[in-house]
Amino acid sequence: MDKFMLTVDEISTFVGKAASWLIILLMLMVCTDVVRRYALNSPSAWIGELSVMAYGTLFMMCGAYTLAQNGHVRGDFLYGSMKPRTQATLDLILYVTFFLPGITALVYAGYTYAAESWRIGEHTTQIANGPPLYPFKTVIPIAGAFVLLQGFVEILRCIVCIKTGEWPARLKDAAEIDVIEQQLAASTHVDEESRQLAMKNAKAIDEAAHHRIGQTKEINHE
Amino acid sequence: MNDPLLGLSMLGLIIVVIMLGFPTAFTLMGLGMMFGFAAFYDPSQSWAANKIFTLMVQRTFGGMTNDVLLSIPLFVLMGYVMERGALVDKMFYSIQLAFRRLPASLAVATLIVCTFWGIASGLVGAVVVLMGVIAMKPMLNAGYDTRLAAGVITAGGTLGILIPPSVMIIVYAAVAGQSVVKLYAAAMVPGFFLAFLYLVYIIGWALINPKVAPKLPPEQLVVPIPASIHFLRENYSQNMLVATLKALIFPAKLLDAPIDARLSFTKIVQNVLAALTPFILVAITMWGVWWYVIIHQQAEKDALNVPVVTQVAKASTADNVAPVEEGLVSLDATSNNSKSKETEEDAPLVALDAAAGDGPTAAGVEPEAAAGPPENFQLYFGLTTVLFLLLLIYYYLRFDEDQFEILKLLIESVLPLGILTILVLAVILLGITTATESAAVGALGAFILAFQAGTLDFDRTKQAVFLTAKTTSMVCWLFVGSALFSAVFTILGGQSIIEKWVLMLDLTPIQFMLLSQAIIFFLGWPLEWTEIIVIFVPIFLPLLAHFQIDPLLWGTLVFVNLQAAFLSPPVAMSAFYLKGVSPPGVTLNQIFAGMMPYMFIVIACMFFMYIWPGMTLWLPRFLYGG
Repeated sequence: MDKFMLTVDEISTFVGKAASWLIILLMLMVCTDVVRRYALNSPSAWIGELSVMAYGTLFMMCGAYTLAQNGHVRGDFLYGSMKPRTQATLDLILYVTFFLPGITALVYAGYTYAAESWRIGEHTTQIANGPPLYPFKTVIPIAGAFVLLQGFVEILRCIVCIKTGEWPARLKDAAEIDVIEQQLAASTHVDEESRQLAMKNAKAIDEAAHHRIGQTKEINHE
Repeated sequence: MNDPLLGLSMLGLIIVVIMLGFPTAFTLMGLGMMFGFAAFYDPSQSWAANKIFTLMVQRTFGGMTNDVLLSIPLFVLMGYVMERGALVDKMFYSIQLAFRRLPASLAVATLIVCTFWGIASGLVGAVVVLMGVIAMKPMLNAGYDTRLAAGVITAGGTLGILIPPSVMIIVYAAVAGQSVVKLYAAAMVPGFFLAFLYLVYIIGWALINPKVAPKLPPEQLVVPIPASIHFLRENYSQNMLVATLKALIFPAKLLDAPIDARLSFTKIVQNVLAALTPFILVAITMWGVWWYVIIHQQAEKDALNVPVVTQVAKASTADNVAPVEEGLVSLDATSNNSKSKETEEDAPLVALDAAAGDGPTAAGVEPEAAAGPPENFQLYFGLTTVLFLLLLIYYYLRFDEDQFEILKLLIESVLPLGILTILVLAVILLGITTATESAAVGALGAFILAFQAGTLDFDRTKQAVFLTAKTTSMVCWLFVGSALFSAVFTILGGQSIIEKWVLMLDLTPIQFMLLSQAIIFFLGWPLEWTEIIVIFVPIFLPLLAHFQIDPLLWGTLVFVNLQAAFLSPPVAMSAFYLKGVSPPGVTLNQIFAGMMPYMFIVIACMFFMYIWPGMTLWLPRFLYGG
């Protein structure tokens, strides 16, 4: 069971990470366009269209990855202070009532939308001879399907958590709070002890703050 | 059940479900889908032909092709790369040395680093934790009041979500259909004004009651001087500008120097350049202003071939330049307190000046605004130049080895990041490129800086890319969900029932303003800014026209308002972050007590913004007309 969940996590993460490199491509495309527009005075309409597509693909395909990393914003004000079992029960109910119908509808609607576009061989209409639009529209059902798959795994996670009372592990990944470690590792003006302490506790502090827990014993007296 | 009631129950349900902690994007999609299905339900059709599916996919595609949101990944990437490229620790150290003679110097340095960092990244948690490690202990060791130390870190840490380039502003622009650059221009002055108010509060408190921020012990005021600089002073001149120049011309004496003080030729040249940096910065900015106003405008005018200025535009120019000059002078007055501050201070100042001096003619966005250089421009330009020259002369007359070493530290730690952010902002604000284009150029610039500083390897690049992807995905899926949700909400008539209800209350504009801001303030307690901007702000937006409130002003008030909400006990997240890294003696109550005054300062700032809408609105009007 755990293995299956982590395998799906890995698939979502792989797809998401692959898509996230589009950001570099996007940056380079827009910069090229800037040079062409302001230095050579010949902006390219294709670049404009393609950068929108890169952005759209980027965020859609990262949906499952973000879900696998529990990165979608949630109102964790009350949620954070609940016991894992209560959290899992609530999540399970809401996944079944909102997530499954919503995302299934997205896949279904996206499929008909993309199929139509393929059938007529649609191109962008902003410019003459624009890039083809059908691959871009196909992103909707594909991204939706990955999110749906990841959603099933999240449902399994809830069930496991209800059984065992603890949330099963997720894959390790880059987190915003990692910057603490990097910054402090290179710092020269902070004393060694507080540096090590902060680096070790950064993750715990992040979690505690999200759940608005002030009294974390293990943080202060370790 | 009729449709409007269905709409209202949808709004009620969403609030409940968000509070239950389910990922908001999917809640919005699911609710929108189900209520939309009910709204469009037609017994004569098969269920698969329900119009909700078309609506859903169109809203999704709309989010995927939204060219306002397009700049989000680029700005986010720039922030993450910058975060990895510059060392906060060194920044804090050098800024603190530069301000060492000011009352509450450590707190002032903390605030400045936070503001700077906020411009670059805009992550609340990381800033508070970092500053908590780097600045909290020195402040407590120096005998600062715990409340003062805690307050400045938490308040400074939340500034990042307000000061442009901030993702929150882009999302609001996408939701409200406003221009990103105008919103940036609008948030600029209140953002820095707020930081300025914080500064006044800290220094004021320290002046009235010196016990809260005792002077640093003398051994901490000493600037560590490397042997080579010491040697230069001994052998060439007291004044380091003269000394470095002399060393360049007569390097012979250096040959006799002891090993640790010996300088290579490159080092000598570097010293000269470092000593001249303040002058170079001033010269470049002044030239930039001149180029933008006189040469660039002229070229643009020739290209457009627009007839001469209208009298109105001229009049507004003269009116608008004056307050900026005053602001400049007052800011300069504060910068006199510490001479070496100039390096990092005059760049933003002049950027502001640049933005102001040539404002009304900017970019030729509006044909009638594409006038020649404003009347009196030469005069003000001349006065500013003279002012800066005087400051520079004053600075160089007192340019001893301490000043020189501080300057070198500042150049190393603050300058690259500072120049990049100011360039990105100036480029957006002056309308030279669009927000997306400047974001891309800024991101590339951040990469180049970080690679050059040697702080970015492939691993960190990967991290920055993946973090960007996750943040973008989170914001944009939420946007897609809410686009569907609000479309269904409007179709069901929930929006119009709310509008009718508000109109029935027969509020005056100020009452409406207070009501809406109060609601957003309270929503800011349990919710994150993403949810507030994407779900609740659109409900108020259509009502603004009725009360004749400018969406720019209202939006900027919302941004500032959320600052207050994020600083209000007992829910403010930054307090909990700080608690996590503080020494055991610091209690949550002390942190909250330190935060409270800043919350009132934010509310005071909103009050000022309401009384003088000009503070928010003059910069966008100035730059883009209308």
